[in-house]
Amino acid sequence: MNEIIKPENLVYQKPSIMNDTPMHYCPGCSHGTVHKLIAEVIEEMNMTERTIGVGPVGCGVFIYNYLDVDFHEASHGRAPAVATGIKRLLPEKLVFTYQGDGDLAAIGTAETIHACNRGENIAIIFINNGIYGMTGGQMSPTTLEGMKTSTSPNGRDVALNGYPLNITKLVNDLEGTCYVTRQSVHTAAAVRKAKKAIRKAFENSMIPGKGTSFVEIVSTCASGWKMTPVKANKWMEENMFPAYPLGDLKNVE
Amino acid sequence: MNEEIKLLKGNEAIAQAAIRCGADGYFGYPITPQSEIMETLMEMRPWETTGMVVLQAESEVAAINMVYGAAGCGKKAITSSSSPGISLKTEGISYIAGAELPCVIVNVMRGGPGLGTIQPSQADYFQAVKGGGHGDYKLIVLAPNSVQEMADHTALGFELAFKYRNPVMILSDGVIGQMMEKVQLPPQKPRRTEEEIIAQCPWATLGKPATRKRNLITSLELDPAEQERNNERFQEKYKVIQENEVRCETYLCDDAEYLIVAFGSSARISQKAVEDARKEGIKVGLLRPITLFPFPVKELRKLADRVKGILVVEMNAGQMIEDVKLATECRVKTEHFGRMGGIVPSPEEILNELKKLTV
Amino acid sequence: MAKIKGTITVNTERCKGCEVCITACPTNVLGMTKEVNKKGYHYAYMLNEDDCIGCASCGLVCPDGCITVYKTKI
Repeated sequence: MNEIIKPENLVYQKPSIMNDTPMHYCPGCSHGTVHKLIAEVIEEMNMTERTIGVGPVGCGVFIYNYLDVDFHEASHGRAPAVATGIKRLLPEKLVFTYQGDGDLAAIGTAETIHACNRGENIAIIFINNGIYGMTGGQMSPTTLEGMKTSTSPNGRDVALNGYPLNITKLVNDLEGTCYVTRQSVHTAAAVRKAKKAIRKAFENSMIPGKGTSFVEIVSTCASGWKMTPVKANKWMEENMFPAYPLGDLKNVE
Repeated sequence: MNEEIKLLKGNEAIAQAAIRCGADGYFGYPITPQSEIMETLMEMRPWETTGMVVLQAESEVAAINMVYGAAGCGKKAITSSSSPGISLKTEGISYIAGAELPCVIVNVMRGGPGLGTIQPSQADYFQAVKGGGHGDYKLIVLAPNSVQEMADHTALGFELAFKYRNPVMILSDGVIGQMMEKVQLPPQKPRRTEEEIIAQCPWATLGKPATRKRNLITSLELDPAEQERNNERFQEKYKVIQENEVRCETYLCDDAEYLIVAFGSSARISQKAVEDARKEGIKVGLLRPITLFPFPVKELRKLADRVKGILVVEMNAGQMIEDVKLATECRVKTEHFGRMGGIVPSPEEILNELKKLTV
Repeated sequence: MAKIKGTITVNTERCKGCEVCITACPTNVLGMTKEVNKKGYHYAYMLNEDDCIGCASCGLVCPDGCITVYKTKI
């Protein structure tokens, strides 16, 4: 077996921009996979020296410890505004935000809508797992009806907490967005598609005036959903995908 | 453009001075009485001349976070608002202070609390000087009292912000923002190139070259020992600022038996009251703090030892008076006079209050 | 036609035993060890190493980038 393990036979490995710091994410969490894809895309675009990432508050907050590119840690929900400030003054840099559903679709809704409406030349990577993971599994705007969380212990009650917020559909209606898509990273095929989407978003962001690229990654939260990672992927397919259907909503060439 | 004289509103002077001192980005939001700052910038279109970006945000919260982003790249970023808008920005300001980023934040104060009024006030003194947001942090606070100082403090604000990697607040008010006066603008300074920024701000996030580790703009530190070290570093910086950056002005204090302490527009009105009082034989002088942080403690203490009473004049319920008492350790009778709600006091009112003190 | 042969290496200390790679493998090569790593996680290993075709599905889905994949023709 060992004779196969030779550099010329290498097919796949962790991208170098993703350093060796152990990630704090729970076993099976989609965050790690998406971090990996972002690192692969930056590396393949040869943009390491021109990338500035903007991290959220939430589970993804420590992204800057795992990806070796310059980073800003934004306050909760404000990443799109921080990214606007950066990109407007450094238009030739690759600027992206990395946010969860609590960050982007609750406290940061206005920043999300208006950055997209201005067509900021940034890529927004949106991890939607329908829960506030970092703070211990509370309900978020994208929590599904009937979905149990620590603040909807008997399942989200629409009469009490309103409907799951389909933020991606909202930003899709904004003329400022040029590419709006929903992806996932729970199977090899899905990972390949998600990587293409992230690559498309990052490339769009380097074309002046092209507009904002918005990539939602429908994701799991095994701990918050209280399931094994494999079951969480299954549950996501059966419950999250119907509410947040995968595929491109908009792809302006 | 040389240093020619112009007749401008205080707000307009800030906008023009920002362009002149090579600001890279302004991010604002409309709110009376300071909207002219953004209006002037949009009128002058500096993006066509110096390349300065001017952007109207969707809220003061978004605007301060755009400043945070730009400042983290070592750029000269400035924003402005008025009292309620500054309250919205305070979380962002605390982040900027915690991440040790340079920027200029202008507050053209209006009467509070709540929606309050659009008339002038100085009731945000505590908010500006004692931090305003969460955590132990300080802003360098400059208090202009003329249109000329609105321009000068914009340039000075950036200089101090980058010198100390700290946010600087220009604490003005509706009077100074809206009044017109002659102003000499500084000569146009070119905006810095990326190389100059890298040299001046090695911490800036301009994209990680292979030659260094990645830069990170953050105020997050979960390790308490590490976060204490961060806080000790901040406090050390504030001590250095206190020792080196105090600016104040005295008027007729040499033989003064009484002292008025006032900043901003209250100082201008008090100056007239001082002159009127002198005519009536009352030996009174004026101390005008120009930096509210760092507060002129030594200067005040020296004067306090020689006067029989201090009148603190400020358009609020009495805020700076606390710092005056702290500085003088209450060794001399100190009273407050201030109108609120947006009413600007007259020199006569101040003179009458002074007389009560001299009884 | 030459036979494709693949193999993988696993960063056993970085693996968190999430088992997502097991389901992703089209030829059921992977399993979880009995032993645990320093963090107490069982970690992935090649249960049926002969069946590995080096398709890298496991590497792609691994949230922590623990799997390196090799492939050759024999």
